[in-house]
Amino acid sequence: MSATVQAKPYVDGRDRGGAAQPMLIAKELQRHFKVKGAGKGAVVRAVDGVSFTLFKGETLGVVGESGCGKSTLARVLLHLVLPDSGDLVFDGDTVGETRGISVADLRRQVQMVFQDSYSSLNPRMPVQDSVAFGPMVNGKSKAESRRIAQDILVKVGLRPDLFGPRYPHELSGGQKQRVNIARALAVGPRMVILDEAVSALDKSVEAQVLNLLRELKRTLNLTYLFISHDLNVVRYISDRVLVMYLGQVVELGPAADVFAKARHPYTQALLGSRLSMDSSKRIESPPIVGDPPSPINPPSGCRFRTRCPHAEAVCEAEMPTLGQWEDRSSHVAACHMTNAQSGHSLAGTA
Amino acid sequence: MNKPVALAVAEIPADSDFDGAPATKVRGYWQSVGYRLRHDWVTLGFGVIVLLIVLAAVFAPLIAPFSPYAQSIIGRLKPFGWRGHPWGTDELGRDMMSRLIYGGRISLMMGLVPVVIATMIGGTLGVIGGFAGKVANTAIMRTMDVFYAFPSILLAVAISGAMGGGIVNGIISLSLVFTPAMCRVAETATAQVKNLDYIEAARASGAGTLTIIRHHVLGNVLGPVFIYASSLVSVSILLASGLSFLGLGVQPPEPDWGLMLSTLRQSLYVDPLGCALPGIAIFITSICFNLVSDGIRAAMDVRI
Repeated sequence: MSATVQAKPYVDGRDRGGAAQPMLIAKELQRHFKVKGAGKGAVVRAVDGVSFTLFKGETLGVVGESGCGKSTLARVLLHLVLPDSGDLVFDGDTVGETRGISVADLRRQVQMVFQDSYSSLNPRMPVQDSVAFGPMVNGKSKAESRRIAQDILVKVGLRPDLFGPRYPHELSGGQKQRVNIARALAVGPRMVILDEAVSALDKSVEAQVLNLLRELKRTLNLTYLFISHDLNVVRYISDRVLVMYLGQVVELGPAADVFAKARHPYTQALLGSRLSMDSSKRIESPPIVGDPPSPINPPSGCRFRTRCPHAEAVCEAEMPTLGQWEDRSSHVAACHMTNAQSGHSLAGTA
Repeated sequence: MNKPVALAVAEIPADSDFDGAPATKVRGYWQSVGYRLRHDWVTLGFGVIVLLIVLAAVFAPLIAPFSPYAQSIIGRLKPFGWRGHPWGTDELGRDMMSRLIYGGRISLMMGLVPVVIATMIGGTLGVIGGFAGKVANTAIMRTMDVFYAFPSILLAVAISGAMGGGIVNGIISLSLVFTPAMCRVAETATAQVKNLDYIEAARASGAGTLTIIRHHVLGNVLGPVFIYASSLVSVSILLASGLSFLGLGVQPPEPDWGLMLSTLRQSLYVDPLGCALPGIAIFITSICFNLVSDGIRAAMDVRI
């Protein structure tokens, strides 16, 4: 898989910092939502201090349970939902600052593919117009936008003369998701956020779309942030993996490392809950019991301690940190067991 | 490194959708709307009737056999075919057919103009309220709710009564009556569309609010608004007739279906068929408008 990391020597005119500069740096991003009827000042901590680095040309997989803040994180990255605090640095420029990059410029370079392929296409617009919409609002002429749309439709494997004039309800789920990918790519982004982009597809179509995504990434020199709850899919497509739990990052590392030797008990439980084709690897007992705690009132200290088999006093008293990471080979986890000085009885073992 | 599990399916070519070539011909939007309309006999049939009614109203001076104002003391309330009056005469001896044809002019105008005005005002406010949400939405919709609190006929009567009779005041009062309802329909449709992913995707492509409304909201709001507006045309004709009946809309001796119904009412026992004629005209016109609008709406819906 590491072969996909090495981008071919292709220079994008918009590339400012070179290959070594990360595509995107998220620093302590935070987004809380007010909740009505849950007491005064009650907030859902959807994204609560998320930091990570996305390097150029890589695919970063984001996994986690439903409601852990994956989708909110994606929307915060595009400023579709404004963060309460924290910084977003795109290719060296801070987003939204006077000396940095504007949100409009960010959206020209970062695009998103949504999960629901049906509701993310206008039902009353032929798909070629949906695809041409992005270039058109970015100042291209109507004819040129149409031409771009046709080119992109070819790239995603749909014949423009056949599928272009059709309406979304005349397409299958896989075809619709291809159109959605085309729509995202028509603007000419350098980075694409795929928010559960293949989750609603059946397995064979999912595999086709995944391969299409890999192919597009190679030919168009893209960087992916791939959000999914399906660990097998994430493993297939990702170079690195970020695990979220209740709005926070609990583990971050190269996909092979994380899947081979997870350091955080939550990641271990997630991996343990995967279904296997091998009948000898039955899941005997549920890896995690219960529902995740309410994100309105998360547990003190480590948020996973209420469901963690190794929870101790220190987990309740102190919130573990993710520690330091510099490069794409670092494998870190926010767990006291990874820190030899934490006072946890199993400290230093994970 | 472990072999990724999903690699087993990597051989499936990414372009296998090429096989799914459809057998059907691809039509443009208006072509397919036209195709569906041509095959909808109900809509076509009632459309012809609407067309005839409209043409009769437009070319009333050419068609009407008599002047709608010419009275005759001796020829009052005469039956069908009396002395060349095909549908008889009214209580002042005026030709019924001519009055019905001329009356269609005012009735159609009273049916269409208030609805068009209400659609423009209410639709705009509704789309603004629905898309802006929050304070703007509350301000617009609660104001509309105040109008909504009154029954529509009572509100129309009250406004017309306050401003005095006449066609223009009738149109104004009916427009005011229909605006809150149009606003609510537009607001509901907009609010539904607003939360769909394609609006968010359009925002992510860098489109501004006005561009999004023009390209992605209006097209989806137009359907419900159109069907509701067309159902209001017949209501408007009826309400206008009601106003005339009460003496608030059209003033005599102008020919208007509602007013004719009102004045002929006193002759119900003498000439029951003649009294019913304006009512039949109102009935046929409104039912035709309803059915035709429903057919057009169905033909314009790409999802059917």
